[in-house]
Amino acid sequence: MDFTFDLNTIWFILIGVLLTGYAFLDGFDLGVGSIHLFVKGDTERRIMLNSIGPVWDGNEVWLVTGGGALFAAFPHVYATVFSGFYSAFMFLLFALIFRAVAIEFRSKRPMLWWRKMWDISFSASSILIAFLMGLALGNIVKGIPLGHDKEFIGSFTDLITPYTILVGVTTVAMFMMHGTIYATMKTEGELQVKLKSWVNNSIIFFIICFITTTMATLIYFPHMTEPFKLHPEFFLIAILNMLAIANIPREIHHNREFFAFLSSGAGIVFTLALFSLGLFPNFVISNPNPEFSLTIYNAASSQKTLGIMLTMAVIGIPFVLAYTISIYWVFRGKVRIDSMSY
Amino acid sequence: MDLELLSRIQFAFTISFHYIFPPLSIGLGLILVFMEGMYLKTKNILYENMTKFWVKIFALTFAIGVASGIVMEFEFGTNWATYSRYVGDIFGSALAAEGIFAFFLESGFLAILVFGWNRVGPVTHFVSTIMVSLGSMLSAVWIVVANSWQQTPAGYHIVGEGLNSRAEITDFWEMVFNPSSVERLSHVLSGAWLAGAFLVISVSAYYIIKNRHIDFAKSSIKFGLSLALFAALFQLFTGHQSAIGISENQPVKLAAFEAHYDSLASGDLYLFGWVNEESQKVDFGLAIPGMLSYLVHGNSDKPILGINAFTEDERPPINIVFQTYHLMVAIGFFLIAVTILSVFLWWRRKLFAYKWFLWILVFSVLAPQIANQVGWYSAEIGRQPWIVYGLLRTSDALSAAVNAEQVLFSLILFVIIYSLLFVLFIYLLNEKIKHGPDDVDSSYNEYQNQKVLFSKSK
Repeated sequence: MDFTFDLNTIWFILIGVLLTGYAFLDGFDLGVGSIHLFVKGDTERRIMLNSIGPVWDGNEVWLVTGGGALFAAFPHVYATVFSGFYSAFMFLLFALIFRAVAIEFRSKRPMLWWRKMWDISFSASSILIAFLMGLALGNIVKGIPLGHDKEFIGSFTDLITPYTILVGVTTVAMFMMHGTIYATMKTEGELQVKLKSWVNNSIIFFIICFITTTMATLIYFPHMTEPFKLHPEFFLIAILNMLAIANIPREIHHNREFFAFLSSGAGIVFTLALFSLGLFPNFVISNPNPEFSLTIYNAASSQKTLGIMLTMAVIGIPFVLAYTISIYWVFRGKVRIDSMSY
Repeated sequence: MDLELLSRIQFAFTISFHYIFPPLSIGLGLILVFMEGMYLKTKNILYENMTKFWVKIFALTFAIGVASGIVMEFEFGTNWATYSRYVGDIFGSALAAEGIFAFFLESGFLAILVFGWNRVGPVTHFVSTIMVSLGSMLSAVWIVVANSWQQTPAGYHIVGEGLNSRAEITDFWEMVFNPSSVERLSHVLSGAWLAGAFLVISVSAYYIIKNRHIDFAKSSIKFGLSLALFAALFQLFTGHQSAIGISENQPVKLAAFEAHYDSLASGDLYLFGWVNEESQKVDFGLAIPGMLSYLVHGNSDKPILGINAFTEDERPPINIVFQTYHLMVAIGFFLIAVTILSVFLWWRRKLFAYKWFLWILVFSVLAPQIANQVGWYSAEIGRQPWIVYGLLRTSDALSAAVNAEQVLFSLILFVIIYSLLFVLFIYLLNEKIKHGPDDVDSSYNEYQNQKVLFSKSK
């Protein structure tokens, strides 16, 4: 495998950046959702909800833009994956719908049953979204049956295997850890003490899942390791990944929740970097018949379009980073509930 | 049922539901800019309360718009994979541009608009409101550009043959400013402003009738009417421009609008009617003879290209296009009449004097919504049987990996979920309206009480 720094490679990296940005940002708000039901009491749950209140919608834009960029830069990947995973994606969309309205609707009415219903909807959909994302990721690693015409030729049940379920659960664990740390950072008092005591458990849960997934990948899908044999320097990322995760309990112990959050975020970034390097230059591996795989070349738009899109990205990204950083700066610190809160 | 029909129904259903909300956000967003601008200028607390109340309504419409909008972003890939492969270079670019230039702007500043009142100064907050409004309109820009390219493709060339053929960009700006982009965008935007304006007008008129929140309502309705007056008249202009454009670029669509079959005859303008597609006549119709020719060519005797100039496999279904188009036009004129009459009464200081007229204003909220929906139906059904006009047929654009049962299943779920959401939206909107604007300062206490309610119920 050689890296030629052409437009196709740049766009592989940019799509990777958008989806990693999504995992880093929406990852924590999905994680907050995944532990929402463990938090008891109405005020406490409102604090949980409002910890992500101003930002969850912006975080989801990373997914929407990632989808749009994939459509433009690699239309065959967009078309094959989304039509191939049709039923799974429909469940993902329904979960995204329920989650969005649950956040918006929950505190609008005072009835107990109403709030309970939306609490459950919010939490269940958060877990389901994380799981389905992981399931899709697992299928990309495993490879899916493709025909010569780039079309998916399997069925829905082909997508559900022990390995893909494992990756799904690992994704839930990863976001749960990330979200628990985020919630610890945004809360104070009793609630924070309680959340803090959950952080270590969530790290242990994640590490067990992560090691199992890594072993399964190495044993059953050794093609993911090829790039690391050719370029041993990439192994450094795996080491950094472990160091980042190992750093989390240390930061928590020293009451530096923000650094703990950055560490778990770094863990997500490195994990996805390992995944992307293992995949490159393929986007979707065909299994069986690897010659039908979708690569960054046979699935891409024209060079002209990739160039235009790069111009847009160069203009747009500084703005996006500026908004994102300013919003997080404006809403820094502990959650405060006021008349406009959820 | 077959895959094509089900996929079309699902797309139509999901986009129709989605399209209830973005126009409200676009219209309300602009009104919020004016309201908050007035607050900054006058420091009058009334304007602050107005802004805060309408922000809450805005946030509700925005949330459902986002939830149902994500579906649209991915539905091209799930249900129209062949189309996605064919137009990825072009349509995909516009969607990606919408994400990077509009959605990030909109969602980022929305956080400050809704939750940032105590976190930033008044000027920063006002700037955020402007940015949200700008973002919502930029989003319309890119999505209408993408759709207009489907109507009037430009700036592209076709590469490859048969199943492997794709449209690729040759000139980006020619693609963006394709022949129908500008007039369709202005038509869509003014439709959206009307939707937002009439929501404000409707709720305010209701308060006035019920004699509640009088200052709030009387002031709000003026913001709504000012925007409505501009938008309703601008709509007439953009509608005319669009029709001229269609006569040049999609003559069969224009012919379908007026059920004009005979290419040698001058075109009549129907006020209403029922098209008999067998006999190629309009039954029960009332028409202004030659008016279509006059509007298009400035000469009522000049012939207009008719439906019969096109083969059967190039024609859209005529009657439904005719009906949706005429309903849109009728509502457009109704809105112009209502708005002008309201502004006249406002000028004569009689706007709040007639209860029956206020009731008309209350129910007028439905008019722009219906017009926006049927206007899109006439535009999209009028493009059939093409998904990209003249290039790709809708029947050739489906997903090969998806079967009819899967789509039937997802369609049923969409119908159930969206019906539920719609009922909940109306319920929450109604509760919000019943509760009224004065809750802006007291809701904190309202929630304080709920804590007691919760601990009691344990």
